[in-house]
Amino acid sequence: MAGDILNIGGRAVTNRLFVGTGKFSGYEVMRRSLEEAGAEVATVALRRVDSASGAENILSYIPKGCFVMPNTSGARNADEAVRIARLARAGGSGDWVKIEVIQDNKYLLPDNMETLKATESLAREGFKPFPYMSPDLSMARRMADAGAAAVMPLGSPIGSNRGVRTRELIEILIKEIKIPVIVDAGLGKPSDACDCMEMGCAAVLINTAIAIAEDPVGMAGAFSEAVKAGRRAYLAGLPATSAHASASSPLTGFLREGK
Amino acid sequence: MVIRINGREETVDRPGNLADLICGKGLIPEHVVVEHNFRIRPAGEWPGITLKDDDNIEIVSFVGGG
Repeated sequence: MAGDILNIGGRAVTNRLFVGTGKFSGYEVMRRSLEEAGAEVATVALRRVDSASGAENILSYIPKGCFVMPNTSGARNADEAVRIARLARAGGSGDWVKIEVIQDNKYLLPDNMETLKATESLAREGFKPFPYMSPDLSMARRMADAGAAAVMPLGSPIGSNRGVRTRELIEILIKEIKIPVIVDAGLGKPSDACDCMEMGCAAVLINTAIAIAEDPVGMAGAFSEAVKAGRRAYLAGLPATSAHASASSPLTGFLREGK
Repeated sequence: MVIRINGREETVDRPGNLADLICGKGLIPEHVVVEHNFRIRPAGEWPGITLKDDDNIEIVSFVGGG
């Protein structure tokens, strides 16, 4: 595992568990969860301030050494995503941006076409776009060509904790796309994250499953171990599966023989 | 004078600049990003921007998100 570096968006990352900062009961438990996960990348959102929100700054609760990736949540089209990304960069968050363009409020499924447009525009402006997308091969290729730093296909709808329901499509992306594939959304259990890493995903992004756990800090640690285990298994090379049994113990020298 | 702040119309009695507006709301400049008439303006420029009728101001900050 030493030396297993993920080079992505102009940075070198060793921890392949990216953590979202939404839905935590408070910034302090969020901070401790990020620390327990050893997170090197954390996502944040941008919102209009209300009169009460001026005092606490979420960025001061993100551990040193953890890189902040703003998302464009709330954007309904490419232009809004670009506007949010520019505001975020002006806020000092750097050049990474998770592009999220959603018009569907029931399933929160991304609009791949508008996401592609935003990816093209933001890459031209020097951003490192990380488009959140439905796992579609031709779209992922276009996003890579447009300058995406990675693609972020969904495992299942945001916050649903349903696991990797798009498995077949994500496996195709991993095989065919040259840029990193990061599964984002829907991973509900550490085993889901482990599964993604065994498949060969470059990283996973987890938010809800950690933030709403009874013990978010404990769950952050569990996800961290699962991601490491899955990555090690992928690097070690998983064995082929078979429809029939294959004995693990020798099939000779049984006591009943030679009687 | 009526200006639109974060999508809501507000009546401002005495004219002032953008810095007065932000600080008057008790906001910490380092914690917010401000758009004035759809243009992002760094805090250093706020004192030089005099508010006018019909101005559109957006004040945003980072929050938790996935």
